[in-house]
Amino acid sequence: MCGTCGCGTDNISIRKPGEITELQHFVQITDHVHDHHHGHDHHHHESVHIDLEKNVLDKNQLEAERNRGYFEAKKILALNLVSSPGSGKTSILERTLKDLKDEINFYVIEGDQQTMNDANRIDALRIPVVQVNTGQGCHLESDMIYRAVKELNPVENSVLMIENVGNLVCPAMFDLGEDKRVVIVSITEGEDKPIKYPDMFHTSDICLINKIDLLPYLNFDLEKLKDYALRVNPNLKFFEVSATTGQGMDRWYDWLREEIGKKQNL
Amino acid sequence: MHELSIVMGIIEIAEEELKKAGKERVTLIELEIGSLSGVELEALDFAWEPAVRGTVLEQAERKIDYIEARAVCVDCNSSFKIEHIYDNCPVCGSYLKNIVKGKELRVKALEVV
Repeated sequence: MCGTCGCGTDNISIRKPGEITELQHFVQITDHVHDHHHGHDHHHHESVHIDLEKNVLDKNQLEAERNRGYFEAKKILALNLVSSPGSGKTSILERTLKDLKDEINFYVIEGDQQTMNDANRIDALRIPVVQVNTGQGCHLESDMIYRAVKELNPVENSVLMIENVGNLVCPAMFDLGEDKRVVIVSITEGEDKPIKYPDMFHTSDICLINKIDLLPYLNFDLEKLKDYALRVNPNLKFFEVSATTGQGMDRWYDWLREEIGKKQNL
Repeated sequence: MHELSIVMGIIEIAEEELKKAGKERVTLIELEIGSLSGVELEALDFAWEPAVRGTVLEQAERKIDYIEARAVCVDCNSSFKIEHIYDNCPVCGSYLKNIVKGKELRVKALEVV
């Protein structure tokens, strides 16, 4: 499935920081071919009814399961980080990588419509990273992860952080093969984000509430946010954090260590 | 606007089936879309025409079977209609529920010639 329209005029690129942006360095994701099937069998012009009952997202799901199998075989913990733009996804990721990189082997896939900016921020920490630019696409799909993972070639017992395109709507529908989905919401957004964009909160396992250091300066009702989120997803687990001050990050790191342990003992 | 990728997925399914059947084009496509599938019908409409242009679906009539969502309460086992993912059980008030209908996003059937 292609996330872009115009059939190939707007290609998706997958590349590492410092790579030349020439066409041969791009992995082109233009699977679909818009050809007509002009069958020349003139004896069969009667109409045929085909019962299908086929899920439209089957292909994405199949590739997601393939990714999941690969992660399981290599005991890689894969997390899909989702949020609206500006919630601090990349800042949380940077802080986490900085604090834990001596202890954990990290790999990162950055998803954005344009620019290498986020990949360059991760590259500055000497963490292997691949940037997926989706062009007009508003979310990552599982085949992009498959190709990006091939580029990264992660070692066993590592952690793969996938930073999805900043968008609280579209990425919810696309399983990437991750172990856990982590939704990030910041307290400079409205408390009602979970019920405005319920699909994302419904499909997530963990909710990081970021910018918690700003709580004294804002008129933000933290309990209301959690209440809304729990209505959408009663199983959601919260961590209140600040990527800037480091407040609350320890509990998130403990959770991460616990999940790595579970994955390695599978 | 993920509806565009959804339409691309539908086109791909139609192309595959047409090839398998050894036919030329699709005259009718029936879709099943649940009210909680994450697909907005208006956005789907908007994406449809430019996306199917020049494809096997260009001249196909499109029928949409819209499915209203239903859930079963985990606590009291009542079955009820839901409009939103966060709706609670009208009988006991619990938010713990299994959504049993309304997540559909399927190509139900095709007619090809």
